[in-house]
Parts: sequence; structure tokens; C-alpha cells
Amino acid sequence: MKIGISVKRKILQFISFALSDPYIGNFYSGKLYKGFWKNFCNPGLNCYSCPAAGLSCPIGAMQAVNGSIDFKLSFYVLGTLCAFGILLGRAVCGFLCPFGLLQELLYKIPSPKKKIRKEFRYIKYVMLFLVVGMMPVLITNAMGMGDPFFCKYICPAGTLEGGIPMLLAHAEISDMAGWLLALKLLIAACTVVGCILVMRLFCKVLCPLGAFYGFFNKISFIQLETDQNACVSCGKCAKVCPMDVDPSADPNSMECIRCGKCVSVCDQQAISIRKLAAAQQKRELKQSAEN
Amino acid sequence: MTQYRGIIIKTVLLIIAAGMIVYGVSRGEMAIAFNKAINICFECIGLG
Repeated sequence: MKIGISVKRKILQFISFALSDPYIGNFYSGKLYKGFWKNFCNPGLNCYSCPAAGLSCPIGAMQAVNGSIDFKLSFYVLGTLCAFGILLGRAVCGFLCPFGLLQELLYKIPSPKKKIRKEFRYIKYVMLFLVVGMMPVLITNAMGMGDPFFCKYICPAGTLEGGIPMLLAHAEISDMAGWLLALKLLIAACTVVGCILVMRLFCKVLCPLGAFYGFFNKISFIQLETDQNACVSCGKCAKVCPMDVDPSADPNSMECIRCGKCVSVCDQQAISIRKLAAAQQKRELKQSAEN
Repeated sequence: MTQYRGIIIKTVLLIIAAGMIVYGVSRGEMAIAFNKAINICFECIGLG
């Protein structure tokens, strides 16, 4: 029996989720894992204040270093993200991101399903460059330290994975709750409702990590390829795409998370996910055969 | 030829990324990220 790409992807997503959050027991104790692996960044978005988290959140780590007294740019985190981007592009979002899996599970809740206007997608680039990249460096206190603005004012992953479990486990710190928590709970609630109605709403609109990996989609080792000779422009791929991309026109769009649904739905087998080298080799072989 | 050029470019980019990681670690960035990650991040959980 051949296992389809959707099933393989779902299995990989759950494995990645389990590896990202192995310390489930910490939800009861309200403690954080403090071991060796917290030195390393998760390729996907996963709050390091989630009690189960075994790795660091790359967006949190980036802001922590950018907002520190000593450094204004984290080469360590940037290098890590570039490496994942070159290897996988936004396949990280589709296969490895724990918060991406949570959003997909929320979308399975029966409800009327909606699409968003494409203009909203530009917000995530503002998040990446302004809120994550610049604000912790430019807006600093007397000591020269900047806040992690995305984590502090926006990130619903932090609220859902870290905030709510921690506040439930530590009654003593819940006394500190104020308007900031109310704001973050509101954003988290909107995100949850939004993700029930719109597939991966957070990825499409707010995620700075998805915005970053999107820049690598055209150059990463993993590429989506459309054979224009085989394509009959039936539009099935665009219709099934959860990220509202048209793979027949732009197979390596910055929005594509390499979920492979277009590959599965294509009757002509015109779309494939493969390593760039293999795709080019195939194209060159075809050209040389034609000549 | 094109395929080799593509692979070479990607490999060079990967090496640059690895160099950035090594440089970042060597100047102590990993320790900052680690310290943030092992303590409750009050900003992340909405307590400021």
C-alpha cells in the first residue's frame, strides 16, 4: 500500500511536535526544561516558555539577542534560520512547525470556511523586519536593552503554549496579570477563532518565521516543480491549496508551505516536489533528448 | 552544468550560514538565548 504525501506529512508533523515538546509532564508541575537542548533553536515556532518545550523559540531567541546590551544582531539565530531556509524553505512550516500543526487541527473543527484578502499577508513582513528585527534594537531602556516586542505584545503561540499553562500552574504569578495579558489573550482568542475559519491564518498574516523562510522558497534544496507541458490548467491545484497559491503559475511562491496537496490532486502528475538538482537534471535530460 | 552551479551556490550559502552560527556562538550569543529560554519569559506569557 502506497502512503500518500498528505499522510506522510501528517506523521512527520506529529513526530516533529513530539520532539519539540517532549516534556509533557511539565504541564502539571509548571516547570521549564532547563537542559542542554535549550541551547538550540526549533526550526518552527514553539514558545520556549511552554512547559513541554525542549528547544528554544527562534523568534524569541532572535529578539533576546537583538535586544541585549552586548549585541544588536544575532548571527547565531540568523545563521540557524538561514541554514533551515536553504535546506527546506517553507517546508519547515508545512512539515516541522508545531504551531502550524495546531492551526491545522483547529481548522478541522466544523465551521464555515473563509479566505482572506491577499493584502493581509504583507503584515507578516512588517512583523519580521519592524517588530522582530528593528524594534528590540531601536527602542531600548536606559541600560540599552530592548523588549522582545513580538513576544510581548503579539505572539499568540506564547499565550497559548506558555501563558495559559503557566498561569494555571502558578497561581502566585497570576496576581501580576494586567492589561498586557488581556491584550494577549484577546489576540490569542482571535487567532484561535480565525484559525478555525481560515486555514493557517497566523501563518498567512502574522508569522515572522514564515515570512523569513518564504524568501528561501525559490532557492531552497526542496522545490515544487510544475511541468507546463503536462499541465492542462484545470485549476484543481489552486483550488485545493491551503495557502491560496496557484502552483501551476508560481510553484515556488513565498507562501507555499510544500504541503503537497497540489501534487496529490493533480491528475496529470504535472506537479512534483523534488530536490532542485534532480528537477534540473530531468529538464536538461529532456532538452538534450529533444535536441 | 546548471545543476552543479545551483548546488554550488546553495552549498556556499550553507557554509556562510554555518559560519554565522559559529561566529554567533563564539561571541556568546548562545548563552543569552539559553538564559532566556530556561527561565519563564514574562513577556511571552503576557505578564510584561
